[in-house]
Amino acid sequence: MERTIEQFTTVVIGAGHAGLATSRCLSERSLDHVVLERGEIANSWRRERWDSLRLLTPNWQSKLPGHRYEGADPDGFMTMPEVIAFVSRFAVVSNAPVRTHTAVTAVRRIEEGYEVATSAGGFRCRTLVLASGACNLPSVPALRQAVPASIECVTALDYRNPAQLPDGGVLIVGASATGVQLADEIRRSGRHVTLSVGEHVRLPRTYRGRDILWWMDASGVWNQRYDEIDDLTRARSLPSPQLVGTPERTTLDLNALMTAGVEVVGRLSAIRNGRALFSGGLRNHFALADLKMDRLLDTFDDWARRNARDADVDAPERFEPTRVPASSRLDLDLTRGAIRSIVWATGFRPDYSWLDVPVVDHKGRLRHTGGVVDAPGLYAIGLPVLRRRKSTFIHGAEDDARDIVDHLAGYLAGAAVGSAAAP
Amino acid sequence: MAETSVNNGVNVDALLAAREVLKGAPQAAKFTWRASCKWKNGTHSVSKVQGFHGLGEEQKHKTEFSFEADHPEIFASEDLGATPVELVLVGLASCLTAGVAAVAQNRGIQLRSVEAKLEGSMDIQGILGIDSDVRNGYDDIKVTFNIDADASKKDIEALVAQSQKRSAVYDIVTNPTNVRVEVV
Repeated sequence: MERTIEQFTTVVIGAGHAGLATSRCLSERSLDHVVLERGEIANSWRRERWDSLRLLTPNWQSKLPGHRYEGADPDGFMTMPEVIAFVSRFAVVSNAPVRTHTAVTAVRRIEEGYEVATSAGGFRCRTLVLASGACNLPSVPALRQAVPASIECVTALDYRNPAQLPDGGVLIVGASATGVQLADEIRRSGRHVTLSVGEHVRLPRTYRGRDILWWMDASGVWNQRYDEIDDLTRARSLPSPQLVGTPERTTLDLNALMTAGVEVVGRLSAIRNGRALFSGGLRNHFALADLKMDRLLDTFDDWARRNARDADVDAPERFEPTRVPASSRLDLDLTRGAIRSIVWATGFRPDYSWLDVPVVDHKGRLRHTGGVVDAPGLYAIGLPVLRRRKSTFIHGAEDDARDIVDHLAGYLAGAAVGSAAAP
Repeated sequence: MAETSVNNGVNVDALLAAREVLKGAPQAAKFTWRASCKWKNGTHSVSKVQGFHGLGEEQKHKTEFSFEADHPEIFASEDLGATPVELVLVGLASCLTAGVAAVAQNRGIQLRSVEAKLEGSMDIQGILGIDSDVRNGYDDIKVTFNIDADASKKDIEALVAQSQKRSAVYDIVTNPTNVRVEVV
C-alpha cells in the first residue's frame, strides 16, 4: 500500500522523558515537529524494567521542563508505575505531538535532511533528534557462548523478579546499580548468590544527612559539562553507581551485600570447560572504588566549607572500606548444579541498526559532540554524559534539550553548520 | 597533566602522544613479545630476550638480555639462578613499579623512592604431585610498596591502585591466559 510521506521541520525519535523534553523545547520555539514512538509513551519504563525497580533519584529531583513532582513524599523514590504516570502526564501537559505505535525501521540522509521509514508510513524532516534511549540492547560479553546449556541465562532487560529464575544458585555478572539491586533481591528470595565484580562505582545513599544525589546536584558535580571532563570516553562508559531507591534510604554497597550473604568474586574473565574463572584482582577493584568515593566526598566537603553550608548538614563522615574476603573464589564449576542461572548485569547499549547514516563508530557508539551528531541537522539526547554528568537522569534532560534545540534552531536559521555546539 | 617541575624520568608527553597516534592506528598497537630459552644442565637454563614486534615492524632491544634460572640447593639443584616462580615475582614487581613512576609523572607527583617487597605463597605438594587438590602455582601473592613522594597517603594509594589497573603483568597473573605449547 502506497502511503503519503509526511513532512516536518523536526522529527524526534522516542517518546521517553528525553524525547518529550526535546518536544517541549521545540514547541516553545514554535518549531513544527512530531515525536515517533515505537510503543507507548515511556515505553522502556513500561516494558524493559524489573518489577521492584524504583528511580535512583529522589522525587524532589524529578523534573522536566515546566513539570515537577508535586506529591507528598519529596524524599521518596518513584516506582515504575509512578514514573510512567509522571512522564505520561508531562506528555499531556506539554501537548506533545506523539505518534505511538510508530516504530522507526530506517533513517537515511536525503538532500534536504532525513527520511524516516516507520511501521506507520514515511516522514521527511530537515532536522532529526535521536531520543531512542541508551539502553535498548543488553551488552553481554562474548564469553557467554561458553556457558553450558544447562544454565539458564537472563539479561537485565529480560529480568522481572526472582520467581522467573530456576531454583538454586545464581551467578550475577556485573556490580552496577542493576547488579547490586538484583543481587540483593535474588538473595532475599532465598537463593545463593555469587556476584562477579569488576570496575564499579561505590556511593552511600546518604552523606552527612542528605541524599548523595542532593550533594551531586548542590555541589555542581552533576552539572559538570562534557567539555570540562578530562577523559570523556571513560566518563561515558562508567557503570551506574551502586545505589537503590528505597523508602528506608538504605545504602546498597558490597559490604551490605556481603553482610546479607552474597558471595563476592572477581571479574568474570573466562569460561573454560564449564568452569567460570574469576579475576584475582578483586582487591584492587575495591581499592579503586573506595578511593574514588572518598575523593568525591572530599569534593563535597570542600564545597560545603567554601559555601558556608557546613551548618546545614551533619558532620563529615567516612565509610568502612570494602571488606576483602579472606580468600575469594577464583573459579566456579557451572556443570555441577550449584549454579542454575546466570544474570548478565553487564550493561546496555543503544540500538542504531535502523540508522543508515554513517555516524556510528566501530564500537557501536554514536559520533557526536555534546549531542550534535556528526551529520548536518542530526542530534542526540539521553545518552551518558551527553552534555553534562546528569544527562541520563530524568532531571538532566531539560538543560540538554534546551541546548540541543538552541543549536538545532541555529542550524535551521543557517547560523550554525557542522559540529561545534554553542556553549 | 604533567607538571614541568616534577621529574620521575618518565616521558609522559611522549607516552600520551603515542596513545593518541595508536587510537587511530589500532594495528600498530599489536605487539608480540618474545623470549628464548636454552637448557644447560639439570634445572639450570638461560633465557634471552632481544627482538620483539610492534608499531607494525620488527623491533630490537639495544642489547640482548639474559636470565639465568635454576632451583635452590634444597631441591637438589645447583642454584645457578633465580627460581622461575621468583622471576614471575620479578616481572610483577617491575611492571607495577614502572606503572607507579608513569602514573606519578602524569599526576604531577615527585617520587623520591619506591620500594616493593613481594611474597608469593605456594604449597609445593602441588608440583610434587603429592595432593592433586593443591594447585601448582601461587595461592596468594602479596606486594608491599614503600613509597616516599610529595603526596598524601591517599594519593599514593591511588597511584598504586592505578598502576595495578594498567599493568600487563598484573593482568597476566590475575586473569587466565590461553597458553599453547607445541613441539616442533
